[in-house]
Amino acid sequence: MKISLKSKKAPAINHSDSGSLLNPLKNLQFLVRKPITEPLQPRLASLNYRGFHLNDWQACVGCASCQKICDNAAISMVEIPSLPNDPVKGIRNHRPAIDYGRCCWCALCVDICPSSSLSLSREYVHTCDQQHIDSYFILPDPNGMHQQHFGKGWQKTEHSDLLSLTRTAMAELEPEKRVDNFDEIVDGFTPEQAVLEASRCVQCGMCHDSCPTHMHAPEYIRAIWNGDAEEAVRQIYRSNPFAHTCGRVCTRRCETACSIGIRGEPIAIRWLKRYAMDAVSHERIKEIVNENFTAKSSGKKIAIIGAGPAGLTAAFDLVRSGHKVEVFEALAHAGGMTRFGIPDYRLPFDSLQQDIDIITSLGVKIHTHCRIGKNKRMSTLQKNYDAVILAIGLQQGRQTRIKNSEHRHVYRAVDLLQKISLGEKFDLSHSVAVIGGGNVAMDIARSLARMQKQQYGKIQITLTALEQQQHFMADPEEIKEALEEGIIIKDSCGPQSCEIDSNGKLIGLKTWKVTSIFDENNRFAPQYDEQDEVVHNCEAVVEAIGQYSDTSLLGTELTEKLEWNRGRLQVDENGRTSESWLWSAGDCVNGPDVVHAVADGHKVAASIEQQLQLKTK
Amino acid sequence: MRPENYQAVNHPPSHEFELNFGPNHPGIEGNFALKVKLQGDIVVEARTDAGYLHRGFEKLMEDRLWIQNIALVPRICVPDPVPMEVCYSLAVEDLANIEVPERAQWIRVLQLELSRIAAHLFFFGGHAATTGMYTPMYWGVADRDLLLDLFEELTGGRIYSIYNLPGGVRQDVPEGFLQRVSDTLDYIDGRLKDYDNLFFTNQIFVKRARGVGTINQQQALDWSVTGPNLRACGLEFDVRRDDPYLIYPQLDFDIPTEQAGDALARTLVRRLEMVESIRIIRQVIKALPDIKGPLRTPIPNPLAWRVPAGESYARVESSKGEVAYYVVSNGGEKPYRVHIRGPSAMHAVQVLEKLAVGSRLEDIAQTIFSLDACPPEVDR
Repeated sequence: MKISLKSKKAPAINHSDSGSLLNPLKNLQFLVRKPITEPLQPRLASLNYRGFHLNDWQACVGCASCQKICDNAAISMVEIPSLPNDPVKGIRNHRPAIDYGRCCWCALCVDICPSSSLSLSREYVHTCDQQHIDSYFILPDPNGMHQQHFGKGWQKTEHSDLLSLTRTAMAELEPEKRVDNFDEIVDGFTPEQAVLEASRCVQCGMCHDSCPTHMHAPEYIRAIWNGDAEEAVRQIYRSNPFAHTCGRVCTRRCETACSIGIRGEPIAIRWLKRYAMDAVSHERIKEIVNENFTAKSSGKKIAIIGAGPAGLTAAFDLVRSGHKVEVFEALAHAGGMTRFGIPDYRLPFDSLQQDIDIITSLGVKIHTHCRIGKNKRMSTLQKNYDAVILAIGLQQGRQTRIKNSEHRHVYRAVDLLQKISLGEKFDLSHSVAVIGGGNVAMDIARSLARMQKQQYGKIQITLTALEQQQHFMADPEEIKEALEEGIIIKDSCGPQSCEIDSNGKLIGLKTWKVTSIFDENNRFAPQYDEQDEVVHNCEAVVEAIGQYSDTSLLGTELTEKLEWNRGRLQVDENGRTSESWLWSAGDCVNGPDVVHAVADGHKVAASIEQQLQLKTK
Repeated sequence: MRPENYQAVNHPPSHEFELNFGPNHPGIEGNFALKVKLQGDIVVEARTDAGYLHRGFEKLMEDRLWIQNIALVPRICVPDPVPMEVCYSLAVEDLANIEVPERAQWIRVLQLELSRIAAHLFFFGGHAATTGMYTPMYWGVADRDLLLDLFEELTGGRIYSIYNLPGGVRQDVPEGFLQRVSDTLDYIDGRLKDYDNLFFTNQIFVKRARGVGTINQQQALDWSVTGPNLRACGLEFDVRRDDPYLIYPQLDFDIPTEQAGDALARTLVRRLEMVESIRIIRQVIKALPDIKGPLRTPIPNPLAWRVPAGESYARVESSKGEVAYYVVSNGGEKPYRVHIRGPSAMHAVQVLEKLAVGSRLEDIAQTIFSLDACPPEVDR
């Protein structure tokens, strides 16, 4: 663009002109001109002045990004015990303190602040006598360092924001391409995408704090950013031997806690983990896991009941401590709920098998088809092993016990998922109603939808749940994808009965509109609007309303000896039951979640290790 | 003189003696000193003694993230900090292959020219003071304050604006700001006549400055003289026009020159440049409201940003001469090496040492000030 404005050429100065003799008289004009003066009273600073800091303590999460960007090392994080400290929500009770002996008021701290709690004020005078603060070390609060409420000066704007708040997009299968098969939906990051996504991380460590097993997420994200996937795998294996699995199906508390997520989309920590595991070959991962592993046999034997994430994590730790570990699995394959509860399109069996293969390669022996209580007795285990871990998970589906729910076309979700996983044949109905709003309900609904599409070319699945859709227990992504795949979701529907015609054929599920789920004491007591009755036409009903543990394997004698807490086995903080030789871990203690199970496995293994060392001495 | 710079001198049996000129001396710019050997009041040898302000900027920059250096570079030249920020940004943008949005380029020019006027006003005040004229000193500093008010409004800081980032500028121009710039320019424009009467055509000054510290054209080229000092020798070279950056090619401005190459000519070139800068800013004020678009090309998370390996050289015309940044990256999160080519290091050391010889003691201060050197940049 050319500027149309042409300004006049400046006149040259004639400095050779010695001027008139009367020139000094020109100064007389200044007698009547206004002199240049500067007032003595303090002047209000400009609207975006970079003065002393302000910090909104309610918004600040203590992530320390300001401390990291500070080029003068003027910021230190101070712990304030009176403030909330909630790792799960990603809030630390640390707040930045500024050393004004070092600060240069560049406001980079403001521009990087993930929570936008920091700003600079218009206050710029700090002199002190005995009555006032006599320090340069200030903990900024919303009122300013002298509590004088000068307003905000420099604040972050969309232009000055230094963080990138948008997640790197990842390719995934379109709904119409995925709905008739069990192929994995997400493609995973390409190396370029992974590096870009990893670059967004500010290394605050909220993810580490919130993770049940305290994965070293900042470290492996940084390793991916450095292009070193092997180092990332090394960091991942410090705390999680189920990395392929957690890289795909983790409930990812880390991403809820992620401080980038306060104003934008959190770092895709789960997909980054998946990327690292997929980028390194299986054989190389084995080598990395075996680094510094010198198995000195301790001569101790440990039995683990259940080859799920909890049991195998404990096995992983214990075998690395030199113990002989044997795992007893009732079903045909190891993996527990991750094998039989999670459909192939979310967690391919091959990926899970890689995790298990690494654990068995360390010397863990897994006996499949070995059901304790049937093929072997608990008392035998107690006699032959130094410690026993009960990690049996939640294998039994809960039932609604509504009218006609004992009909042969009313199924439990876990049973069906297990059948699908094993490839067993069952009578697939043309139209199905699913009861439940959790991830298991989504899993079974979406699995059945795929099979219907394959066999009948048409999907007829209705998912009913007590909650409103925004309060479903299921992952929002699961709900979104289920809807994309053509599943009909009816929320706020309380199941009342299964309708049967005169021939004994299941023809529908009757529901009432839910008005409230919990009573004033926050106890589960659903209230219905009986007028608002709907019958969902279907040939089969699947119940996905939760699971429980089948503890019959313990036997009557042991069951009576053990302490129980509301139907669950009572354990101490280390996962040890009231019997000194028996520990319990995983879903059967904590409820269903893979990464909690992994964390539990580590905990129990540490407790056993400690106990065995005590015994040795 | 600091002990490490001190060397015992065997005084000849003549009237030669040694004098420490600075660092605490009203005739010296900032933390800088000269060790002069005198015969009567004629200087027979001068040696600069720099380093009082040594903060090791170049070394410090190697240990800071790419973006953190933005807070450091304006300190290299306090009276004229904007070219440092812009030039560093230009060099990094070149390395990282970042395109700067057009609006940001115009805002950068606005700052650069405001900073040039502020620096020249400061120079005008300081230079007058060395000749014993204290009124211009107050005027120059007071009028510069009006420009600092504008910087405060635009960037949040009066001196160290820390406003340019690789990729653009940090915030938008405030509401009504351009009008206030225009008003301030009107005021300064009106004051120029007073400055002339008081100082630039004042015979007390003109006669005092004429013939002091003369550089001829060959010397200017040999000694790497740049900027107004070069143009005072009649050599018309200006980076803004001869190696254009930002949107300077779209602007209409002249390059004032003088022929004499002495302290007077150097002063007058600066006086004329103020007028040119005012012309440029008026064009920016006219054009900027119609230039829409983003202010910054986003850069990756600065805590992890790695600039691609390579080297780049960027130069801009500052009020004191040519400022250039040579930046080397090895693909890391911090610069591998930054070298700053500043005008003051040439002017205050090699040029001054030569010009001082043969001049009278009382002219040294004027020579230094007319070269407009900035000690922190010598020491960088």
